[in-house]
Amino acid sequence: MKVTFPHMGNTYIPVKALLDELGIEYVIPPFNNKKALELGTKYAPEMACLPLKINLGNFIQAHELGADLILISGGCGPCRFGYYGEMHREILKDLGFNMEVFTLDISKKDISGFLRNIKRITGEFKPYKILKAIKKTAEVSKQVDELERLSFKIRPREIVKGSADRIYKSFQNSVLNKKGAKEIKELIDFTRKNLLDIETDKSLDPIKIGIVGEIYTTNDPFTNFRIESRLGNEGAEVMRPVTVSGWIIDHMIKKALGLKGDESYKEAAKPYLGAMIGGHTQETIGNTVLLAKDGYDGIIQILPLGCMPEIVSESILPSIERDLNIPVLTLIIDEMTGEAGYLTRIEAFVDLLKRRKEEGLIAGKRMLSWN
Amino acid sequence: MSIKVGIPRSLFYYQMYPLWQTFFEELGAEVVVSENTSKKILDDGVRICVDEACLPVKLFHGHVISLKDRVDYLFIPRMTSISKGEYICPKVGGLPDMIRSSIKGLPEIIDVEINLRKSGSSELESALDIGSYVCKDGRRIKRAYIKALDKFNEYKADVERGFIPGDDINRKRNIYVVKNSELLNIAIIGHPYNLYDSYVNMNLISKLRGDGINIITHEMVSEEIINSYADKLNKKVFWNFGRKALGSVRHFVERNDIKGIIFVVSFGCGIDAFIGDLAERIVRRNSSIPFMFISLDEHSGEAGLDTRLEAFTDMIRWRSKNESNFSAHG
Ligand code: SF4
Ligand code: SF4
Repeated sequence: MKVTFPHMGNTYIPVKALLDELGIEYVIPPFNNKKALELGTKYAPEMACLPLKINLGNFIQAHELGADLILISGGCGPCRFGYYGEMHREILKDLGFNMEVFTLDISKKDISGFLRNIKRITGEFKPYKILKAIKKTAEVSKQVDELERLSFKIRPREIVKGSADRIYKSFQNSVLNKKGAKEIKELIDFTRKNLLDIETDKSLDPIKIGIVGEIYTTNDPFTNFRIESRLGNEGAEVMRPVTVSGWIIDHMIKKALGLKGDESYKEAAKPYLGAMIGGHTQETIGNTVLLAKDGYDGIIQILPLGCMPEIVSESILPSIERDLNIPVLTLIIDEMTGEAGYLTRIEAFVDLLKRRKEEGLIAGKRMLSWN
Repeated sequence: MSIKVGIPRSLFYYQMYPLWQTFFEELGAEVVVSENTSKKILDDGVRICVDEACLPVKLFHGHVISLKDRVDYLFIPRMTSISKGEYICPKVGGLPDMIRSSIKGLPEIIDVEINLRKSGSSELESALDIGSYVCKDGRRIKRAYIKALDKFNEYKADVERGFIPGDDINRKRNIYVVKNSELLNIAIIGHPYNLYDSYVNMNLISKLRGDGINIITHEMVSEEIINSYADKLNKKVFWNFGRKALGSVRHFVERNDIKGIIFVVSFGCGIDAFIGDLAERIVRRNSSIPFMFISLDEHSGEAGLDTRLEAFTDMIRWRSKNESNFSAHG
């Protein structure tokens, strides 16, 4: 039995750590690529959301490398994500691929169910070993996030453009050759040092952009055309409150342990969104409010075409834009999105934000509407 | 003068109007329902709503615009869930927020959350909250709700017997008779707001009926049957419509009197994208019943629909005639 799992940005790093620690044999699908997207688009229903399509491509490519068990996380609605596993299984079955889909469902707040689930794959039941692996995974997750945030800060300030990109990219590749949490953490330390060694302009006061929206498209650089690195190289400091690792920690680990994550965004979202409706709408709305109040210059919302909860966010964001005087750019991505037009819109937005900052437009004054 | 409560003729209206209409009327309110969907309502909705939304949500915006200046309250409950363990749809859950953000000059919105997902949550409580907008007497609200429920159950029983909202209620007995005649049976699955809004579906129902087709919707299949089939699914479907759709599809393929299955989807509906796909797989794997999607969006043309319907029913008729020498997989 060879396990595989879907790609989403940096997810593969903590997941790799976890599987290494548990001693499970696995295949990491090739990094998200055009072919994966093509395969997914071909075999998934046309109106399925983009992440489902790319993941389907991941599985087919992993199958070619010998994987026969797909490990995914579950959910019980209201968004489609909770039904991905069923879709994938049925599609792969009709295509004749012999792959089992295994859902690590952590909808209930009980750690024992989670452990039993893991036992089904590892074949042994050693709660101590599993808990230790989970703890290490959480640490790796956190450090991966911190490293990413560091790169967000360095990019706009570096003297030689592209330095952070080069180091970060090399980290993402070489981590594949590391085994276990310890080696991965060492590589993270090494990369952090390299990033900190980059010569930067300490006096620079860059524009700050918050990235909100659907988790997959905001976190996956292949899907969003490396938006964070591009914004950084255009001189913008980026912040993305929803991270994959944060999601793993909050939704999988803390939930399994019955703990609560940081929920300040929920309060902040209240005036605009009366209840949890699924996906990351609460995060999108709440974080937009928090970032606007925190002095950010602009917000970029990213969503896949047809994303149900983010369509709700999209229609609410103009109210926040108006109330808190912060420009919001919405980017909708699907398999047909052309890179050129997409980049033009991002550049124009960055220009707008820079102009606004220079002109010192402050809250209360008339602002350009951005749509 | 009595209080005017506006109910948009859209989305949940089509599933639940006897309930809420009776409820508010029993409380002495005047219920104003927006007119049938029209080009103007559609255009207004399309103009004001975000492009990416599905047609039903756009239409809902249009209906709100047509109502908002004529009523004291707009009834747009936050429909998180109407059944245990299930949701409806993220967009329906966020409807009051979308409306508030997109449409200016609204009257007060009755946006009480209806969330029956967790066991122990009570619909009566929601009803009491909703009723309190127009009436302060809790006992009266309770009575009104019980009466409304009676009406609603009566209506659901009618639907199970073959009544389609929009049918002349006095003719309903005729329709029951039709159901047992020699007509061709075609099963139709789709959100009630797509099946019963004849503007949106371009008179799908009356066209088929006019062509000698007897229509059996998934709403005509009893809860017990639906659940007995839905329970066999690999993973519980957590959308109310999804469970009904997949449960009834599995039931339809096992019945031998269904000659064709039509799945009506809203373009841009995330739930239809998944459930429709799974339904098609169920039909194709387990039967040779002809299956067709009809996708509705603001650009759907009637001519195209007519052609496809004709081809579909012709094929079914041809098959029925040749059934004896027809192999199961063609
Ligand atoms: S949040 Fe959006 S992209 Fe994710 S499953 Fe739901 S609809 Fe699909
Ligand atoms: S269920 Fe589908 S059609 Fe209905 S509101 Fe949700 S997305 Fe739109």
